[in-house]
Amino acid sequence: MPKSLFDKIWEAHEVAEGLLYIDLHLVHEVTSPQAFESLRLEGRTVRRPDRTLATADHNVPTDGSTVATQIKDRLSRVQVETLEGNCEQFGVPIYSIGSERQGIVHVIGPELGVTQPGMTIVCGDSHTSTHGAFGALAFGIGTSEVEHVLATQTLQQRKPKAMRISYTGELGYGVTAKDLILSTIGRIGVSGGVGHVIEYAGPPIERLSMEGRMTVCNMTIEGGGRAGMIAPDDTTVEWVEGRAAAPEAIPGEWRELRTDDGAHFDTEVAIDASELSPQVTWGTTPGMVAPVDGEVPQPDGEGDERALEYMDLSPGTAIEEIELDRVFIGSCTNSRIGDLREAAEVVDGRRVSERLEAMVVPGSQQVKAQAEAEGLDEVFRSAGFDWRSAGCSMCLGMNPDTLAPGERCASTSNRNFEGRQGRGGRTHLVSPRMAAAAALEGHFVDIRDWDGG
Amino acid sequence: MDPINVIEGAVSVLGRNDVDTDQIIPKQFLKRVERTGFGEFLFYDWAKQPGWDLPPNPILATGRNFGSGSSREHAPWALEDYGFKAIVAPSFADIFYSNCTKIGLLPVTLPEGDVKALMEAGHARVDLAEQEIAFGGRQLRFEIDQETARRLLEGLDDIGVTLGQGDAIDAYEAGRERSGPVTTSL
Repeated sequence: MPKSLFDKIWEAHEVAEGLLYIDLHLVHEVTSPQAFESLRLEGRTVRRPDRTLATADHNVPTDGSTVATQIKDRLSRVQVETLEGNCEQFGVPIYSIGSERQGIVHVIGPELGVTQPGMTIVCGDSHTSTHGAFGALAFGIGTSEVEHVLATQTLQQRKPKAMRISYTGELGYGVTAKDLILSTIGRIGVSGGVGHVIEYAGPPIERLSMEGRMTVCNMTIEGGGRAGMIAPDDTTVEWVEGRAAAPEAIPGEWRELRTDDGAHFDTEVAIDASELSPQVTWGTTPGMVAPVDGEVPQPDGEGDERALEYMDLSPGTAIEEIELDRVFIGSCTNSRIGDLREAAEVVDGRRVSERLEAMVVPGSQQVKAQAEAEGLDEVFRSAGFDWRSAGCSMCLGMNPDTLAPGERCASTSNRNFEGRQGRGGRTHLVSPRMAAAAALEGHFVDIRDWDGG
Repeated sequence: MDPINVIEGAVSVLGRNDVDTDQIIPKQFLKRVERTGFGEFLFYDWAKQPGWDLPPNPILATGRNFGSGSSREHAPWALEDYGFKAIVAPSFADIFYSNCTKIGLLPVTLPEGDVKALMEAGHARVDLAEQEIAFGGRQLRFEIDQETARRLLEGLDDIGVTLGQGDAIDAYEAGRERSGPVTTSL
């Protein structure tokens, strides 16, 4: 019987019916302390520290602090110190604040080469779907499940349904992976993928860089999907080869990890990529999205009305007329070296608008070091951007990087929920290129016909 | 986890769709390292708005795609700590649904029209063993995975159950575990 990529990985990891083996468990400071505490109370151990890896990302300040004791916020400091203590006690390897390998958990996994095709990967974070870009089955779990994986290296799971989104055509100039996934979410809705593992397929996906594929799989959760996946190919192999944890010889089976012709999908969606435009969200869910050359739509129901009120926007306003106070380039969606290169190309030699503050937060210390080696930090700094150290930062504002009430931000992150980037803050999700151009102009511009200001 | 079976009482109504975990429990409250005490921060920002009325009844009725967003188990912890024992909605986000079942907070999925009728009825009785919810003179069946229902009814410790399958895990690791990557030798 023909099988999908998802079927193949699932079956290779079934220990028993309803019990799935986990190849890699990524851990961070926010969703793990209660799990470690329960292990202690029950006298349990971590079954496979060698398949577990921790980092501190959500709470860390991006001001260049190098040890947890420098974290000024007491609760954040305690959380990072608790993670460090738990990892020491249970023998779990950790890259905490100050490590040259520290960074956002979904950036460092691929970067270190621990994310590989064919694996099952979990983490107490919904954006674990990112790792599916490598042809892995990767999804977010809650703290009880974190504890379960720590203790047993397995998860009790029912097999989700399968969806395939097939893209045809070609992405136009200035239209990126971020625009592809934002418009896909706009199309299927924020609960369109609920109960499904989504495979992204077709030539436009195959042409994406690994960074682009990670952006797409990352936001699977914003479309309600459990996990996103892309079949591994030469692009994948080339990206993994030579990384710290990569195998010496690339296993032949990586090339066979693909969906067979005729495999069953519970839901199929087809999208013509050539019809897509750069996207900007206007509301308070990622599905409330419009093309940059469009306008804020008429509300369709109470939810839209509430969103427009929160966002302080009127229907019919041209997206390009929306003026901004802040720009944030970062997050597990768009903070990799490829993202920073794209943004820097737009910024090069220009100045940030006087009406706003803009910041770049590299996804990891390794991304930061690479960007500095290429001189990207100078491009951003001389334009007036704040150049920070690695972390989740203003994607969710658990650290000091937050919006003030009423501030409006163009952000390369993944969620525009009320208060997400700071209480009362207003978030518009965009691609790194669009964020960079908006930073220069002070309002959104259509990157396709922007002449450089 | 304590076993659950029948949940009966008044219904609190939150008539919104796509309620996300950032609203249920905003990020500033995720810094605690304990599992308890989140109830007072439930819907922290919305609760300050005029007209907000969400008493801590046993049952919460709400809109579709409830619990969308992050994997934070702090969201079910807060709802449960606040006083809810069952949440009835047309649909739930996957991770949130799973997290609820891990802590004994019962998610019940009903068609949208029935959830609206429940909101109007104001009182209900949920019977997990029978997979039935009764309100306003009606008795409706709801679907739930049988294994999940069994764990909730018996209040099982998931980890204890899985450790009972230790031989199967050992056998998997001995014969089928994929090689690498080894995080401890990076």
